[in-house]
Amino acid sequence: MDLFEYQARDVFESYGVPVLAGIIADNPEDVRAAAEKLGGTVVVKAQVKVGGRGKAGGVKVAHNAADAEEASRAIFGLDIKGHVVKRVMVAAGARIKQEFYFSVLLDRANRSFLSLASYEGGVEIEILAVERPEALAKVEVDPIAGIDLAKATEIATAAGFPAELIPQIAPVIVKLYEVFVGEDATLVEVNPLVLTEDGDIVALDGKVTLDENAEFRHPNHEALVDTGAEDPLEAKAKKANLNYVKLDGEVGIIGNGAGLVMSTLDVVSYAGERHGGVRPANFLDIGGGASAEVMAAGLDVILGDPQVKSVFVNVFGGITACDAVANGIVGALATLGAAATKPLVVRLDGNNVVEGRQILSDAGHPLVTVVDTMDEAADKAAELANA
Amino acid sequence: MSIFLDENSKIIVQGLTGSEGTKHAGRMLASGSKIVGGVNPRKAGTTVEIGGHTLPIFGSVAEAMSSTGANVSVIFVPPAFAKDAVVEAIEAAIELAIVITEGIPVHDSAQFWALAKSKGNTTRIIGPNCPGVISPGKSNAGIIPSTITEAGPIGLVSKSGTLTYQMMFELRDLGFSTAIGIGGDPIIGTTHIDALAAFQADPETRAIVMIGEIGGDAEERAAEYIQANVTKPVVAYVAGFTAPEGKTMGHAGAIVSDGAGTAQGKKEALEAAGVRVGKTPSETAAIMREVFASL
Repeated sequence: MDLFEYQARDVFESYGVPVLAGIIADNPEDVRAAAEKLGGTVVVKAQVKVGGRGKAGGVKVAHNAADAEEASRAIFGLDIKGHVVKRVMVAAGARIKQEFYFSVLLDRANRSFLSLASYEGGVEIEILAVERPEALAKVEVDPIAGIDLAKATEIATAAGFPAELIPQIAPVIVKLYEVFVGEDATLVEVNPLVLTEDGDIVALDGKVTLDENAEFRHPNHEALVDTGAEDPLEAKAKKANLNYVKLDGEVGIIGNGAGLVMSTLDVVSYAGERHGGVRPANFLDIGGGASAEVMAAGLDVILGDPQVKSVFVNVFGGITACDAVANGIVGALATLGAAATKPLVVRLDGNNVVEGRQILSDAGHPLVTVVDTMDEAADKAAELANA
Repeated sequence: MSIFLDENSKIIVQGLTGSEGTKHAGRMLASGSKIVGGVNPRKAGTTVEIGGHTLPIFGSVAEAMSSTGANVSVIFVPPAFAKDAVVEAIEAAIELAIVITEGIPVHDSAQFWALAKSKGNTTRIIGPNCPGVISPGKSNAGIIPSTITEAGPIGLVSKSGTLTYQMMFELRDLGFSTAIGIGGDPIIGTTHIDALAAFQADPETRAIVMIGEIGGDAEERAAEYIQANVTKPVVAYVAGFTAPEGKTMGHAGAIVSDGAGTAQGKKEALEAAGVRVGKTPSETAAIMREVFASL
């Protein structure tokens, strides 16, 4: 989960990372009040989870509260790469002397942590990495040893910070690493990290990505979820503990196991090429134990999607027995009753497949078609969605 | 022969007394695996009955190893306690630790991987978030069903559990030397490359199926490795061509971000290395059958 800048700012502050005062506002009137409270020059910053907002006109400097309100009117509602601005942060102004870059992240390829730092900030880091790679220090961080003051000094030195700045920068790097570990982040990035005319180091803009697997030890992370941006069907599925991603096609998909479901989406897309270009409507993995309840909850979410024209249930019974899945489907259709109106194509294979297919055939539900193979079933589901 | 797991493997289960551990230990025993005990410090000294076998419970992995000669641990411990369980297995220097648990925070995986590495990787880690390893007819460590197919000449390595089962089913007429689910997390212990290297060295494996999915660059690295080091035929399948950018598709590691980790990019890298890539699991199986027939 990516955090908004203001959320990252708050997290930084709670770890003692130096940040500027910032107040969030959801309308121009609140922007004026916030600017009055902060006093002096402020910066109105669009809160969107995408880069390049400055270039898109999402960041404006204002020298008084009236200007801030006026500036915010141009920012609210702005579409930045598909993200519409609904909230801004009014931040205290800073007299910037110099800009730097720092991040620490999960390095998948090396199965370790990596810190990136540069004395030359103020540009997009991707550009710096390409144009002046020697200016961007990449230092591996041992996940056990972490970043202590000595390691932070090593990073800052590698990044080209002059010796006189290191005593100021290194402790901030240590604190940012504390955020990374303490919050189970996969990315903590500060761009820019600045030196002000007053000689202070400040994290001016932050990006933090949190590991959703670690939510169990961070009960406070739930409050950081941007529920406004959540698709209503995704929110409903999440409540039912289902692993669901809304897509934009017409064929609802239910399967067991992330890989098989991803593969099902692909196979349905290929089949759709022969049937009017229909595409998968969602990703839904019901996992190992496909009980009647889980199947009913899954079907309920998918049938609640008005775009869905047909549903493909694709299950390989590994641990799950196909007869249990079949009972799940029959039970779910009984539970849903008249609410179930869309055709279901079911493909079962594996453990107890004969019994499973028999159960579906005995139930004889008019909406259900049982097809033997995954490819044929995808074709049938696409055909029905295009009918 | 087979890789990583054979008829001499002596298995302990960390988390044997939990519901998942008990259920799957029963299945493993039924498929002929030699399970020699379980680990649970709170129940040390007791025994449990599973599928007609009386299994001793030990206080630690080290104790279980010295009492039974165990060389493989299968870990079913819940996410909050999984890191400690894996660390214990590494410190006891067991040969193979298979981490089935799904939902382990990636910081925990990074830490136990760093520990394993600092000990010279004396313990091979498979997973986390994986279905385990099966060498049909010899041993089964994890949750892969033993009834899909039998021993044969194909080696299989996959990020996904159910796609492993699907592919074993598609190629059930040929059979498998070993099938390994390496897991779909961002940090895993055993990679496609590790499995490819082992299959290349295994005289019983004549051809290899590799299943990948979106996210990371493991498949691209595997492609380079194959080109340089693997002489046995490799056929691949990649899932997630239609996955949208920025959305995690079930597995924590299955995400296309900033245009990297796409299925198309992986397919192209594999094909450039001379690996034939199927569009669907059944097409992949058909290619393998064709490749195998020409051996």
